[in-house]
Amino acid sequence: MVAVRRGDVTATLAAGESVLDGLARHGVTLPSSCRAGACQSCLVRAVAGTPPPAAQQGLREGLRRQGYFLACCARPQEDLELAEGDADLDVEATVTVLDRLAPDVVRVGLRPARSLGHRAGQFVTVTPPGGPSRAYSIASASDAPELELHVRAIPGGAVSGWLAERARVGDRVTLRGPAGECFYVAGRAEQPLLLAGTGTGIAPLFGLLQDALREGHRGRIVVVHGSVAREGQYLETSLAALAAAHAQLEVHHAVLQGEPGCAPGAHARCSVWGGSIASVVASVVPSPKGFNITLCGDPSVVAGMRRALFLAGAALTEIRADAFLPSAA
Amino acid sequence: MPTLYESLGGEAAVNAAVDIFYRKMLSDDRVAGFFDTVDMDKQAAKQKAFLTMVFGGPANYSGKDMRAAHSHLVARGLDDRHVDIVIEHLGGTLAELGVAPDLIAQVAALANSVRDDVLSRAKGGAATGT
Repeated sequence: MVAVRRGDVTATLAAGESVLDGLARHGVTLPSSCRAGACQSCLVRAVAGTPPPAAQQGLREGLRRQGYFLACCARPQEDLELAEGDADLDVEATVTVLDRLAPDVVRVGLRPARSLGHRAGQFVTVTPPGGPSRAYSIASASDAPELELHVRAIPGGAVSGWLAERARVGDRVTLRGPAGECFYVAGRAEQPLLLAGTGTGIAPLFGLLQDALREGHRGRIVVVHGSVAREGQYLETSLAALAAAHAQLEVHHAVLQGEPGCAPGAHARCSVWGGSIASVVASVVPSPKGFNITLCGDPSVVAGMRRALFLAGAALTEIRADAFLPSAA
Repeated sequence: MPTLYESLGGEAAVNAAVDIFYRKMLSDDRVAGFFDTVDMDKQAAKQKAFLTMVFGGPANYSGKDMRAAHSHLVARGLDDRHVDIVIEHLGGTLAELGVAPDLIAQVAALANSVRDDVLSRAKGGAATGT
């Protein structure tokens, strides 16, 4: 008999019974809709035990690797323990770095008290002492001992304002997570990659890029960073250094208010474009079929690029998007 | 004798069809407006459920579900012409995948069977366009 544990409840499944039905019989009602493995409302995560592969069909590689599966069509062969919501344990961290990458972007270094088990490109939720919480993407490589976050300082921002103006090195914050699926997945080293982000949306992509290069990704890697003004290209030097060291990497800076056309950048494989990030992506990757694509940043820009790339031939399952939603205060 | 779903290739066929079908819908100005505000991931999941159903596969959608899912679109002008376009693109998708015409006709018939539910009217409420 197979047992499924979630919090205080242990459900023993009847023969042929799904995790969703078994938990419901024990008083735990998970969200569900189609009950046919399509709508993904009943997505849950196993923290112990192996979910049945049939319950992971159609999920993205990143989700599968984190143990996510669909409860409605899971008839497991072994005991499972499920995560309760997204409430992973909190981790204390010390602020180790605070400096300006651009007039409105702060680099925040954090040393967690214990490993988060994160992947570069995922995001963590940061809670200052007594403050509300905000999510920021991880820009450092997965094996780095400290986390690097790129925080856009929003005037009056409850957390970004604290980090930009009042926080000091040595202060402590609480981290929760990690979450998100915009990280490098090894195993297809020849596949071309497109990494496109606006503003601090370049942060998770920079983390993902470092992981890809370190893991020996050989296929073409196209990075496009969109900003409103030239000074928003705050990772230009770091990206040029990576381009100089890796022949498969090319970097395009899309400056919305820049001069139309394409000018040389800080390295032979770097260029500076005037115009929207969507137009630059369309110019440098006119045929995205076969690419694995990660998009981060402004929600409407991300949604527009995703649709355009899909219509131009990219497979939907090969497009991951992380829209940065600003909080109300 | 294999079911229609098995003849078409089961879930692998649905996965192959969903991108082609969804791309055709989004590229067609006659229906693309209905998708302007939707989340592409959720929409793709719904397209997959729809294709599974019209392929005769394991789906648990009821007529009530189809009504509820489309009533806000009926309010925006969804009518028989749009259902005809869906069936047209469904056939085009399957033809691209090399499916035989008689199987395509079976899929179209299954899609047609939910027409009245999709358009929020009684069974046989209006003549169909195809």
